[in-house]
Amino acid sequence: MSKKHWPLWEIFVRSKNGLEHRHFGSLHAADAEMALENARDVYTRRNEGVSIWVVESKNITASNPEHNGELFEPAQDKVYRHPTFYDLPDEVKHM
Amino acid sequence: MSEEQIKNLEKQFEERILRDEKIEPKDWMPEKYRQTHIRQMSQHAHSEVVGMLPEGNWITRAPSLRRKVALLAKIQDEAGHGLYLYSACETLGVSRNELYDQLHSGKAKYSSIFNYPTVTWADMGAIGWLVDGAAIINQVPLCNTSYGPYARAMIRVCKEESFHQRQGYEIMMKLANGTPEQKELAQDALNRWWWPSLMMLGPTDAESVHTEQSMKWKLKRKSNDDLRQQFIDQTVPQAELIGLTIPDPDLKWNEENKSYDFGDINWDEFWQVVKGHGPCNKERMKARVGAWEEGEWVRDAAMAYAEKKQERKQKQAV
Amino acid sequence: MKENLYNYILGIADNSLILGQRMGELCGHGPSLETDIACTNISLDLFGQVRSYFQYAAKIAGDGRNEDDIAMLRKEREYKNVLLVEQPNTNFAYSIGRQFLFDVYHLAFLAEQQKSADLTLSAIANKCIKEVSYHERFSSDWVRRLGDGTEESNKKMQEAINDLWAYTDELFHQTEADKAMVVEGLGVDVTKLKDEFYKSVSDLLEEANLQTPESKWFQKGGKEGIHTEHLGFLLSDLQYMQRTYPNMEW
Repeated sequence: MSKKHWPLWEIFVRSKNGLEHRHFGSLHAADAEMALENARDVYTRRNEGVSIWVVESKNITASNPEHNGELFEPAQDKVYRHPTFYDLPDEVKHM
Repeated sequence: MSEEQIKNLEKQFEERILRDEKIEPKDWMPEKYRQTHIRQMSQHAHSEVVGMLPEGNWITRAPSLRRKVALLAKIQDEAGHGLYLYSACETLGVSRNELYDQLHSGKAKYSSIFNYPTVTWADMGAIGWLVDGAAIINQVPLCNTSYGPYARAMIRVCKEESFHQRQGYEIMMKLANGTPEQKELAQDALNRWWWPSLMMLGPTDAESVHTEQSMKWKLKRKSNDDLRQQFIDQTVPQAELIGLTIPDPDLKWNEENKSYDFGDINWDEFWQVVKGHGPCNKERMKARVGAWEEGEWVRDAAMAYAEKKQERKQKQAV
Repeated sequence: MKENLYNYILGIADNSLILGQRMGELCGHGPSLETDIACTNISLDLFGQVRSYFQYAAKIAGDGRNEDDIAMLRKEREYKNVLLVEQPNTNFAYSIGRQFLFDVYHLAFLAEQQKSADLTLSAIANKCIKEVSYHERFSSDWVRRLGDGTEESNKKMQEAINDLWAYTDELFHQTEADKAMVVEGLGVDVTKLKDEFYKSVSDLLEEANLQTPESKWFQKGGKEGIHTEHLGFLLSDLQYMQRTYPNMEW
């Protein structure tokens, strides 16, 4: 059996209530509890957070940049999804 | 992929960087880009981690509680910075363990400056002021480098390091304004750390191998000689302000260039240390390898415990 | 000067000082970067506590000495820490074992100290208890990992607990100053923390697949200034600068 090393975890921190959790970085830990403790010690030493999420990196599925064309470019010309697409006279207020 | 296709991809890739677009981990990149990044980022990470040792020397002997906590916090940051940078490397598919192996086997390099001994308390001042000062000059431009994870790590590093140099300069200032004995400590530390700090900014442009490619990839924004000049120009007045003398008889203000001319750097010494024959190369490696090997049973235990716990959880679920 | 209060504070502060110093020794030598950072955090918390205590002690002493004079310029016999905290970092199991045994005590102690009629002491306890709750969580998690990890780690953790056990009883001894402070309603009656301590510790040891030592042979003396041989070496580091360059500011 090959030696097992502490796996990699991705760390998400909420800086203050009202804000979303943001990706802060990663670290190694043997399990989720340790990942939380390590994240507290590594990423919130300067009061950076009020809540932490940890996710083992291997559990994240990422889109492939090679597919960026088909995934994201089709949204580029759908200008009608944005308010500026619609012409209204200046007199119309509160819209 | 045909050669032509690769050429095409490379061209697009270079254009993206030229447009200041960031490269992210899963993006296509030339193999050389990947390798160069792994090398530079891991070297940087190793430097942070090995750099903990010379300062770590003085934690137990710091002269006051205030100095002790500041020094501890600074060294702890260095561990953090090593960690951020190793993580950035891992996005390119190389694990921290592999990088440690490279360090421990002597295959990977780290900043030579950490192979000098810290012999007095004043060295804590000199390191913070000069070594961190030189490091910042190197690091700030990297916040804009082309590889996203590296740039993000550097932004965090630079933000946290802002207190490190102040911490060191404050120590020096206090010594320089203290008793004659203290002032002597400060001057002696400056004498010993000045030249290694200049060397830390890398060999002269003529001798530097990687510069041109690195400039293109924004791994480097200025040449070694330019960085060195910048460092000297900003540091000399800081020394004067606290009444310390830069140990270079040839140092003088050049009115025409609006910068300082300085004496010859002993590059033989630089290469001697780089090649592993500095005063503390062996000790530093021994300490790193020792910590890693002595920690193995601890890491294994945590892993075994995590697996047992997982098994128990699964059994309970059944 | 309120001598009893002064000595009482020293007793508390010296524990944090010496343990902080020990944890600080690990910086740069931990089993992983993450663990290194965690241990340094504990050390930093402890030194922060020390500064609060000694600043208060300096005020009470009122003889011109500052926090550093008190921390670094006493003689061996004048340090009042328990023997437990001065034990060396023989290996990571010893560091964790020492931390764990002290944390369980420390947490219970601070919970009581919060009720002190001395407002400064209760305020310090109020701040410290959050830090120490985390220490206790960290160290007990690691006792579990090492105790219930591999065969090797179990053996090492057990050995550390066995060796450190002799220093646990002293935590519950009272000096004259301690007794006087209890009477005045300022100090914690540590004798009352003993049963709960041994219960929590043996519960956790059991959970961690470790034996609670049965030995009833204990060592004491730290609180009276009679230490193990380890302290002298620790002090020569701690005091080096202040002794070599006396009367200077840093």
